[in-house]
Order: sequence, then structure tokens, then C-alpha cells
Amino acid sequence: MTEARLRRLRVNPILCDGVGYCAEIAPELISVDEWGFPVVDSRPLDEEAMLRHARRAVAICPRQALLLEQVDRNRSR
Amino acid sequence: MAGPDPARGYEHLAEHQRRLREVPGGGEWLMEELRHSGLRGRGGAWFPTWRKWATVADRSDGRAVVVINASEGEPLSAKDKTLLSLRPHLILDGAALAANTVGAREIVLYLSRGSGAAEGAARKAIIERRRAMLTEPPIRIVSTGHRYIAGEASAVVRRISGGPAKPQFTPPHVSEKGVDGRPTLVHNVETLANVALLARGGSTWFRELGSASSPGTALMTLSGNVRHPGVYEVDLGARLGGVLEAAGGIVGDTRGALLGGYFGTWLSASSLSDAPLDLELLQARHGASLGCGVLAVLPDGGCGVGEAARILSYLAAETAGQCGPCVHGLRAIAETMERIAASVGVRTDLERLRELTGLVRGRGACRHPDGAVRLLASALTVFADHLEEHLTGVPCPGRRILGFPRPPARSRWWR
Repeated sequence: MTEARLRRLRVNPILCDGVGYCAEIAPELISVDEWGFPVVDSRPLDEEAMLRHARRAVAICPRQALLLEQVDRNRSR
Repeated sequence: MAGPDPARGYEHLAEHQRRLREVPGGGEWLMEELRHSGLRGRGGAWFPTWRKWATVADRSDGRAVVVINASEGEPLSAKDKTLLSLRPHLILDGAALAANTVGAREIVLYLSRGSGAAEGAARKAIIERRRAMLTEPPIRIVSTGHRYIAGEASAVVRRISGGPAKPQFTPPHVSEKGVDGRPTLVHNVETLANVALLARGGSTWFRELGSASSPGTALMTLSGNVRHPGVYEVDLGARLGGVLEAAGGIVGDTRGALLGGYFGTWLSASSLSDAPLDLELLQARHGASLGCGVLAVLPDGGCGVGEAARILSYLAAETAGQCGPCVHGLRAIAETMERIAASVGVRTDLERLRELTGLVRGRGACRHPDGAVRLLASALTVFADHLEEHLTGVPCPGRRILGFPRPPARSRWWR
């Protein structure tokens, strides 16, 4: 049985400079706010096509500020 | 309640040991007691203390770090500096117990520069303990510039590791990777003082005060329009009315009060006396939290809209300057609020504030933007009627009445 490892997009806002390539390459998932910073759709990516878009956005960011994180990741301290 | 006498200075080690029974060593039993006690962190987030300990202990391998967070960046709070200047050994006992329980080899006392009496007391207390050769890891002091967010856990470990006191992206959380990459337990001074007390008295004793979901007591800093402003230790089973009474009551009239500090919530004057301190009840009934224990009452005739605008301007100036949405969003929120406060705002400004709220919430590396919009949302609700008066364009006389102590001017440097 394959483990369901759902992922979602997340921005590291410290690294992000608002370059905006991500929103251009994956408008399905990312828009920009009035200051040019990305607003990402952080819902779990359960479609292969969406995951592909997300991966391209992650890859194009010159600041390496986008990441795909596991949904079930325990973020409590 | 008779408290310690500030004029006598801090409680020396010999006095401290005479007054309280000998502190037992830390260990697994203390983790259990901590869990049964229901103690939650007193820095503002009220996170269950034992869970933090369990996370650090799991990863420690004897190389963890315990940080006593005494930075108290909240301008309206004085409880941490007060406690440290009067009872440093209680706090240091708590840190030593934590270190011995989670397996830490170092304790760091993290202070804001210019902590005055608190720093003096801490330095002397540390020397006393070294001379007494207590079984505890070495304690060193690291100080930081006085900034609002310098006390945020990830900013604390970044500063102690040699960087600026600015928040970091999480994960990893500091309990996994903190000071120099080691698992780190960051606790507010009051939390550690509670640890030292409940290690001696046990969890049943600890639960004698407070409520089921908020056992124990809390230190609160009362300021603004109360007869006797200052730091008070209150029973968490009490109501705000009782707390205000202990401080001599409100002088004259008020439009409301700020509970929990600059990341807190405004409460209307009518809800003040009945509001419970209990964590769950306070959240359910008022959408509020005790936060770091600040209660600041608006002066007679004072303007909540103006006060909220001043606080938002301060928070906008106090961002770490790292995250775009927080930097730009808080600036826009503060400018809009200042316009409304000056009675030169327009009706669409309210809509704009709601839009900006959506643009900043959850978009910072830390909770700074979230805290700011929480304060904003409660101001818009509690002072809704008064906001309408501001939007008619008639200048508000209350704006000239300065209510809360002014925070110090922004310093240029981080370290």
C-alpha cells in the first residue's frame, strides 16, 4: 500500500522578495497581493496536475522561498 | 495579599532557602507533576508547559538548552522585570529543574538591555548560586535591544546563537532546533517560577487556586485608569472585576480596556467586571485571552479609536522588516486607523481595514501580523459606535487624553 503523502504549498515570507515568477508560472495556485507578494492556495494538492504546477513554481523561485510541505506535518511545538 | 517589599531589594539565596522548603531534584516525576498541574506558559500563548518539556526531552540527548525569557518586549507589561528583581532564585530554581528534567547542559537568561534592577538582581543571584555550588548547569546572560518581537521564541534563539533578535521561519520549532541547533526550551520567567513552586508543593497544591482549565495564579500588570496601577498576582478563578477592585477600582468612567497587551483584545466597559480570567471561558465569551497579563484601562473621556491607532502605529514600526505582507500591510492598517482617529477618515476606510486584515493574517513568519489584526478587529467591534462618530468628521476631544504609557521611541539597531 502506498502511503498518502499529501502536500501543500507554503511561502517562506522571510526569503520571499516578491519577485513574482511563481504567480506567472502557476496562476492556478498563486496570485499576488497589492504589494507584489504571493498569496498561495494552501489547500492539500490532491491532483497530479496541480502538484505539477506547484513543483514548477517551487523550482522557478530565485529566492527558494516556496516549499511543498507535508499536510500531516506536526507543527505544534 | 501581602507581597514582597520592593524597597528591600531581591530575595537572597539564604532567605529564599529559609522561606521555601528545599527544592527536590528534577526528573521524570516532575514531568508527571507538571502534566497533572495543568500549568501553561505565562509569556502570552498559554501553551501547556509539560508538552514543551516532552518535545525537548525526546530530542535532548543531554545537550538541550533552557532559556529564561525575561525580555518582556510588551510596553504595557512589567510583571517579568518585577518578578526577576524581587525573586530571582525562584525563577532560577525553575530553570534548573527544567534543565535537570529535559537534559540540558546550559541555562541562558535572556534580557532586554536596560532592565535595571531586574538585571542587577539576576547577576547577583547567579553569583550566589555559583558560590553555593548548586547542582545545575552554568547560567549565562544574553541581552538584546528592546524590541517588541525580540521575545518571540525563534527570535530569542537566533539572538542567543549570535544573530539579530528577529523571528525565523518554522518549522523547525526551537524545541527541535534552537540555540546553535540544539533542542531548546524557551520559557517566560513567570512560568519557571511556577515550576519551582509546584515542584515543592505538588500539582494538587498548585490546583488549589484557579479553575480546572486555568489552574494557579497569574501575574497581571494593571495600568491606565485604575487607582493603584502595578503588578498583581491574581487567582485565575477570579473575574476581572475582582482584579480591578484589588487595584482600587476604576477612577471615574471608562469606555473600555485592553486585555492581553498589544496583541490582545479590547473589552467594552460593560463587560469588564464580569469577564472571567479562565482561559476557555474568556475565549468563549469574549474572544479574548489574558495574554501576558496586561490590563490597561482607558482614561475617563479617553478615545479607544485613538489608542488603538497609536498601538497599531507602534506595531507597524516594530515589525522585524522581514516579511513583505507584514511590513506593507501593518503600515497601511496604521495609516488608515490614524486617519479615522483624526476624524479625516472616510466610510470606505472600514472596508479597507477588513481587506488589509485578510492580506496580513497568517502571512508572516511569526504571529506579529496576526496579533496586530486581532487588536484591530476587537477595536472595530468594541468601539463601533464611537468609530461612527469619528467618521462624521467631527474632531474627537478624547484623542488628546493620553491613556497608556508611551512606548520608547524605536531604536535603530537590533542588537
